[in-house]
Amino acid sequence: MGGSQYLWFLSRGSGLVLLVLFSAVVVLGAATRTGSAPGRWPRFAVAELHRTLSLFAVALLVLHVVTAILDPFVTIGWAATLLPFASPYRTLAVSLGTLAVDLGGAVLVTSLVRQRLGQRAWRAVHWLAYLAWPAAFLHSLTAGNDLGLWWVALVEVGSAAAVAAAVLARLFNSDRGGLPGPGPRRPPAGDLPAATARPRARAS
Amino acid sequence: MNTLDRGERVRHDADSPEAGRLPRLLPPRIAGGPAGLTEHIARYGPLPAPGAGALWRERLIAEVGGSGLTGRGGAGFPTAAKLRAVAAGRDAPIVIANGTEGEPASAKDKVLLAREPHLVLDGAVLAAHMVGAAQVIVVVHEAVRELVAAAATERRHARADSVKVKVMTGANRFVGGEASALVNWVAHGIPLPIATPPRISESGLDGRPTLVQNVETLAHVALIARHGARWFRSLGTPTEPGSMLVTLIGALNRPGVYEIGIGTPVRDVLELAAGPAAPLGALLLGGYFGTWADPAAAGPLPLSAEGLSAVGASPGAGLVAALPRDCCGLAETALVTRYLAGESAGQCGPCVFGLDSIAGALEALAAGRSFQPARLRRWLGQAEGRGACHHPGGVVRMVRSALKVFGAEIDRHARGWCCGRRPAGTLLVPPRAAA
Amino acid sequence: MTGSSARLRVNPIACDARGLCAEVFPEMITLDDWGFPIVLDQDVPTGLRSAAEEAIRLCPRLALRLDRRPVRSISAEISGRREPAGPSEG
Repeated sequence: MGGSQYLWFLSRGSGLVLLVLFSAVVVLGAATRTGSAPGRWPRFAVAELHRTLSLFAVALLVLHVVTAILDPFVTIGWAATLLPFASPYRTLAVSLGTLAVDLGGAVLVTSLVRQRLGQRAWRAVHWLAYLAWPAAFLHSLTAGNDLGLWWVALVEVGSAAAVAAAVLARLFNSDRGGLPGPGPRRPPAGDLPAATARPRARAS
Repeated sequence: MNTLDRGERVRHDADSPEAGRLPRLLPPRIAGGPAGLTEHIARYGPLPAPGAGALWRERLIAEVGGSGLTGRGGAGFPTAAKLRAVAAGRDAPIVIANGTEGEPASAKDKVLLAREPHLVLDGAVLAAHMVGAAQVIVVVHEAVRELVAAAATERRHARADSVKVKVMTGANRFVGGEASALVNWVAHGIPLPIATPPRISESGLDGRPTLVQNVETLAHVALIARHGARWFRSLGTPTEPGSMLVTLIGALNRPGVYEIGIGTPVRDVLELAAGPAAPLGALLLGGYFGTWADPAAAGPLPLSAEGLSAVGASPGAGLVAALPRDCCGLAETALVTRYLAGESAGQCGPCVFGLDSIAGALEALAAGRSFQPARLRRWLGQAEGRGACHHPGGVVRMVRSALKVFGAEIDRHARGWCCGRRPAGTLLVPPRAAA
Repeated sequence: MTGSSARLRVNPIACDARGLCAEVFPEMITLDDWGFPIVLDQDVPTGLRSAAEEAIRLCPRLALRLDRRPVRSISAEISGRREPAGPSEG
């Protein structure tokens, strides 16, 4: 009993930490876009933290997946790493995780080769992050057994709230930093002191 | 004079008395409406038939080069150099004739197309032969599209040309006439300039070498092919030969489109429009991207790039706007700047925001509200050269000249006075064509 | 490629005034009154190449690039013309 318990705890523990990490990555990603960093952080710091955390999350993800598959107590199988519906154990729940890995993997790979790929292709794939997170979140709700623990439930609710807030801020606040599109524009007042003139956003 | 023998190349003796005379592009006509194909051939002679092979093409390009013809759309780029660049391309080239005339105060291209469409089409077809293109696209202002399309149809029925000629309307925007914006418009319907190289002469429409020429330039090409380089040079100056069309507007007795030999003194040019209708306060030379000048200083200067450089101006697209003394130059400048700011393609921040801020500052200045010259000068420096095209640069140049020429007016405004006795808006009214 | 001349260039259409470039490379990038980058039109010294490359990497719009051709000015590069063009050019 003892040995396999390690793997199971490691898998569940890393999963929970992953949820927090992944949520932080999404929040930071949305923050880079709206241009309003938490506090008065420079924007490059937000961008770099977003990147660093996501790479760290990938490392932790490897641990999470490997420990879950190696655990003799449940049968998941290596195929389930990338293929949905391949796990006999909690097929749907695990598939949601697989989906998160697939989508997140695409986001990761395109980001690593962004300069060669070009802005448009990179951006199109990066939108998948907003699909990957819900998949990961639903996976966390259905694949584990620990929702009874109050602090696990708190982490779940907190992560969801943070991401929801970031997404809403992104939707309603994308009017910061940058250009309006071509066509009729409302001109800002010509007498604004130069230092406070803020550029307006391009419709994304 | 001209003969009607088809295919025979007519050389008009460059030493004959007719050589150095005007008009060339806009001959007087009794009947209204454009010249039909038959009348056109009777007046100018037939289009020189294309010879076979590269030698004929190169000889004609050399003739254009020898004539010293430069672009009449405002940039003044040597035409032969452009022809050679496009002809040297690898893929099949294509010719775009630019008759969009996005400058609202300029009317010369519309007038030329409305009265002598066949001269322009001759030039476009010749240009196609010279660069080896099989197709010509003529993009015109919507006001003259029907006339030009009718002329093209007439030629098609008469099987006059061995290249395809297509006529389409241009986008009615100031930036729409810029070369890359024009290509973008023809290809995708979006009249916006693009930032990246390569040059249009290497890779333009569909990635093919593209020749973009103003319609007046093409009309000159059509005449050079008939009469030769020496004939062309019998007007104008040695460094800037030939004739050009000018649009004269503002406080003049007979505003309109006229043809002049390059280098004619500015005050003589104004006399073509029967002179000023009121004492003049300033002249805007070149176009909305041009330069303001003091009439006394500019009057004796030759209307040429070299001549006008003495006041920091250039002929540009051939617009001369005469501002009366009792019209506030700052208000006119503010109006034009606000118009140009609105005509930004909207793709680049320094242009969108810079021109908007500059226009706002000028409006405040014209209205006698608070004016901070240091801030305006900083904005002028920040707006120029940082966009994908020359739109902001052109505006900055015009505004800087306004600040210089209307310096006294700025002082008056600072003290709460203005010289203006009539409402602003002299510059925005397009003129009727000359009779 | 160290030792060769290189200039930092902004694609003005892609640029969206995010401002990250000026944060990490203030030696050669400042922001104008509207938040858009003003890049010094000078050769990037070898010692600052890595900072320039970081700015290029960080730009969310991929609007920065290092241009190794010797060129006089942005407007000259874009259009190859000597002076400002008119609105009906040709």
